[in-house]
Amino acid sequence: MLPSSGVRRASAAGRGRKAVLGLSGRYLTLCLMLVVMLGPIVWQFLTSLKGRGEDVYGGVLPSQPTLDNYVRVAESFPLLHYVGNTLIVAALAVTSNCVFAAMGGYALSRAGWPGRRVVFTVLVATLMFPFESVMISMFLTVRSMGLVDTLVGVWLPGAVSVLNLMIMRAAFLAVPKEVEEAAVLDGANEWQRFTKVFVPAAKGALAVVCLTSFMGAWDDFLWPLIVLTNSDHYTLQLGLKSLAGATTVNDQRLIAAGAMAALIPMMALFFALQRFFFKGVGEGALKT
Amino acid sequence: MVVLFSLWPFVNTVILSLTDAQILRGGRFVGLENYGRALDDPDFWTATVNSVVYLAVVVPCLVLLPLALAVLVQRKVPGIGFFRSAFYTPVIASAVVVGLIWQWVLRSDGLVNTVFEKLHLISGPVPFLTDSSMLLVSAMIVTIWKGLGYYMVFYLAALGNVPASLYEAAALDGAGAVRRFLSITIPSVKPMMLLVGTLSAISALRVFTEIYILGGESGGPGGGARTLPFLIRQVGLGFAGETGYAAAVSILLFLLTLAFSLLGHRLSKGDEQ
Repeated sequence: MLPSSGVRRASAAGRGRKAVLGLSGRYLTLCLMLVVMLGPIVWQFLTSLKGRGEDVYGGVLPSQPTLDNYVRVAESFPLLHYVGNTLIVAALAVTSNCVFAAMGGYALSRAGWPGRRVVFTVLVATLMFPFESVMISMFLTVRSMGLVDTLVGVWLPGAVSVLNLMIMRAAFLAVPKEVEEAAVLDGANEWQRFTKVFVPAAKGALAVVCLTSFMGAWDDFLWPLIVLTNSDHYTLQLGLKSLAGATTVNDQRLIAAGAMAALIPMMALFFALQRFFFKGVGEGALKT
Repeated sequence: MVVLFSLWPFVNTVILSLTDAQILRGGRFVGLENYGRALDDPDFWTATVNSVVYLAVVVPCLVLLPLALAVLVQRKVPGIGFFRSAFYTPVIASAVVVGLIWQWVLRSDGLVNTVFEKLHLISGPVPFLTDSSMLLVSAMIVTIWKGLGYYMVFYLAALGNVPASLYEAAALDGAGAVRRFLSITIPSVKPMMLLVGTLSAISALRVFTEIYILGGESGGPGGGARTLPFLIRQVGLGFAGETGYAAAVSILLFLLTLAFSLLGHRLSKGDEQ
């Protein structure tokens, strides 16, 4: 890029050595952080593979690796049933969030109906309430609808999040006016414009809504803990907690297996998609 | 739908907080009595102090450590994708899974205590989970551990927007790595630091699951490690649930959150000017 001067060339060798030193230092730090970040998870994974007779703390690697613990967890705890419950809630949440956030976001991004500003301001204001500060009232509402201890009750408060509405609104606002006008000239009615022009244009935002609502439903703990009482209706997170709390199971190997069973599918999904995930982040760095 | 589950609960919480409603019966209007009771309630003050101390420790850590991590993984060196993903893994794990893993690490017969005992560094197990303040510290460690990767991504995005030419110019001027970090990196990511600070403050006030999983249903011995959401759930629900009182505590939590959001907002405004 810049013409190299004599001075710079003379120190090139020294800088080369320094660069190698810097690089190995960087890798050393990276590996150290790797132990901190992944160590507990890996150790837990290895524990889940340890046989019944093995000392949980004796040595890192299991001496007789076995999948026995996973089988035992599946037998003694209906983890798959809990996963099923969670998937029902997650599927409801993803569907309702995508549909309602898209429709609501579209309505909010269009001018020409009275009270739009007021509605928008109220919605933004509700973003300020932490869920914990309204959960009591939420519980009373859900109870008055007779939905306590049902999966619908778990799903309903998260059926459409204001944040998702805002994401969709922003995406629709970014659609160029010309495209919409062209659709109007082609004789497309409002509904056709919405489904054929706007929704496809906001696919990226819709994917974000999909992902966040799925993660939200999968991870939520406090709200299901409040709504659900019957262990038949437990979601995965509640099931895991009851696994750890059960006095009959005082076996770390089983708890480890349960935790890993919940973590590994998510990790697999993430590692498969990580290229896309970090792409946006990395692109900025490359452009400049 | 949105009004039903966003605005109404808040309005209803305000109304409830002015009554003596209980879980099984409606209440009558009692004015600000619940708020007065909260201010006299030692449990309320323990929970508030816990929440604020939690915030005061966790927020600086989550503003600075993920930035260091982001700087570390920013350079495109071979295998960096793996490290980035690995550091992000605790974020993917749910709070319950993370809690279970750390419970096992920190239990009195857990990994850390066993290793330390074998090395004869300690004579008896350290009560990470059975002492209120230690439990709070343990939960902080877990929150920070889980938050590192999350906020690292925020910083990576911010760092990506810093023009590389700035660094090249500074390097030509003979500025060392530390100098470049202090005079280029920090100022460029300052808005992001404020955002991360605000976000982590709000989520620190919401902390519940970590303490619940690590310390159990009661929130540590005598409920000594209870945070505000913990207290709300405990006094508001169950057979003797005092919804009116819990609603008042909820409003106080909301005001605390609002105060920290406004503080963050004010700081970022001041920064722009």
